[in-house]
Amino acid sequence: MPDSTPNDQLDLEDLALHEGAAVLLRRVLAQSQAGDWLEVRGDSAQLADHLSAWCRKEGHRFERQPGVADAYRIQSRGLAPPIPTPRNEISEIADPVWGLAPRGARVEAGGPEFAFTLRQKRDVWARELNSIYTQAVANQWSVTRDVPWKDLRRLPVDLEHAVAQIMTFLTENEFAALYVPARFIPRIHPHYREVVEVLAMQIVDEARHGEAFTRRAGAGGAGLGTTAVSGQLSLKTLLEEPDFTTATFLLCVMGEGTFLTLLKFLGEHAPDPVTAALAHLAHRDEARHVAFGTEHMRYVFEREPEKRLFLAAAVERRSQMLASISGLSPYVYDALVVYAGKGVSVAQIREGARRVAQLQRDMDHARRERLQSLGFDPLTASQMSSYHTKNFM
Amino acid sequence: MAAISRSTVLRVGAVAYDPKVVTIWEGFKDYFAARDIKIDYILYSTYDAQVDANLRGEIDVAWNSPLAWVKSQIVSGGCCRAIAMRDSDRDLTTKILVRSNSELRSLADLKGGTVAVGAFDSPQATLIPLELIAEAGLDPRRDCRVLYHDVMVGKHGDHVGGEREAAKALATSRADAACVLDANYLAFINEGTLDPGTSRVLATTPAFDHCNFTVRADEPESRIKPFIDTLLAMSFHDPSVRVLMELEGLKQWLPARTSGYAQLEKAVQRFNFYSAAVSKAGS
Repeated sequence: MPDSTPNDQLDLEDLALHEGAAVLLRRVLAQSQAGDWLEVRGDSAQLADHLSAWCRKEGHRFERQPGVADAYRIQSRGLAPPIPTPRNEISEIADPVWGLAPRGARVEAGGPEFAFTLRQKRDVWARELNSIYTQAVANQWSVTRDVPWKDLRRLPVDLEHAVAQIMTFLTENEFAALYVPARFIPRIHPHYREVVEVLAMQIVDEARHGEAFTRRAGAGGAGLGTTAVSGQLSLKTLLEEPDFTTATFLLCVMGEGTFLTLLKFLGEHAPDPVTAALAHLAHRDEARHVAFGTEHMRYVFEREPEKRLFLAAAVERRSQMLASISGLSPYVYDALVVYAGKGVSVAQIREGARRVAQLQRDMDHARRERLQSLGFDPLTASQMSSYHTKNFM
Repeated sequence: MAAISRSTVLRVGAVAYDPKVVTIWEGFKDYFAARDIKIDYILYSTYDAQVDANLRGEIDVAWNSPLAWVKSQIVSGGCCRAIAMRDSDRDLTTKILVRSNSELRSLADLKGGTVAVGAFDSPQATLIPLELIAEAGLDPRRDCRVLYHDVMVGKHGDHVGGEREAAKALATSRADAACVLDANYLAFINEGTLDPGTSRVLATTPAFDHCNFTVRADEPESRIKPFIDTLLAMSFHDPSVRVLMELEGLKQWLPARTSGYAQLEKAVQRFNFYSAAVSKAGS
């Protein structure tokens, strides 16, 4: 004989189902095993009718108690207990059935499996994520509010056109830096939410940079300049990189790392306070992106030192894909020379060209130092730096 | 070669009472295919068309309403089998509701009154409760005014719209009583169609059963058994079918039983619902 002794009791008093009795029923039944009996008492109008229909819908068995008024019995169909997710530690592998549940939440059993392809901690993780995210949130700035647009004076036409051309180049690069993390976010398991949050802030930063540089190009009267084939080809290889770590390395370490030197240079030689402010503010943001890329690489290399070889090969492979590009786009190079020399006289061009040559040496030096800090030997670091795209990003 | 093709794919008929029927059967098709059972589904716009197709051998299994089951048995001379049903198909009741302040106290009091029902071919919202009234000694079509709500006729009341209209007729005093399925009574209160406390149950039908999968007697067991076994093994805890089971309104498939259709059979007979079908079968 199966045991039909009630495992639990619930007195609904005069609470009807449409008044919320189902809430109390669910609370008790959630604790039950399949086959457990619950004794329910209640004297609301038509409780038996409604309870019977509710039990059928929920898959539980309903019985009246013969000879006992206002008393009923429910046999639980058994509810699968929710699946716990780790609260205090970050799992090495994230289960697809955890889905979009916040880390530490319980997940109702029987849910769908999500197709997050980046679900190993080693795929995406980095140290200092909370610190990078906190800084990103604290250092958000407004293009309208925080840039001294009213101080923008009219520049000589040639210099203004150079500024506008550089702004055009910066904007296309910012778009690339927006699209690359955006492509990966839907692939990252939400268990690693700190990574998603940092990348989301990165996207917001790049959107703001695009807005700022485009606005500066128009503000001086010149308008946007020309986007070069070489620049587009270079950025296209970044957008098409399918591996997260490789893309992060190429974008955040090699590309944005090089841009740090460029933005510092643009700030130092800025012909007006608006351009100087934009270069300074963007530099602060890009430094965080480089920090994320560098910390991710450290995390990966500690676990897979051989990944360095893989990344060195990736840089060389990209260089071969871009073999048709002989160097920095003339549109950008010429604009940088005029910008750094502050004009188009022979003396100004000579000075500008000297400074741009020094800029490229500084970029190379910074790349080599950054690579060596990540454990690449000096020779490999030097080779990788030389293979890096001549279009900076 | 055509015979081989016929025997490989089991053809399941279903009535398209809602767009979700396509979602459900596309999903079930995949579920069966993943277990090496090839099925396909054929949709009909009415149960009458599906019953005819099943009895002609155009499909192997029909997902039938209770009325379609009864018709299948009448037309085939009792030569069909019910093979499976939902847990939620068992022990349904229909409530005949009146307003709380109504003076009606028994079914006999409905004489001269207006009874709101669902579609004229709805077992749960029309035929079975009218049978209950008839059992109480009234001829509902002569002694009462039956207010039909013919939403999606041919679909045997699967669409809840007719019942909801019946409930509204009660709430707005266009009817003295309304017939609704027990689960829909609670749903209508929750959604606001019936204000809490404004209605009460005048009478409840005995428990009856609802849909089943119906096969012809000549359908080989070897073709049906893998389908039944795989269907009964379907689990609500399987993420690939859970949503489909929720759409279809069940937690578990069960073997069919045919003990829950007596009230409907009596109603069909009493109201000569299928007299045309019977005479056609006999000719």
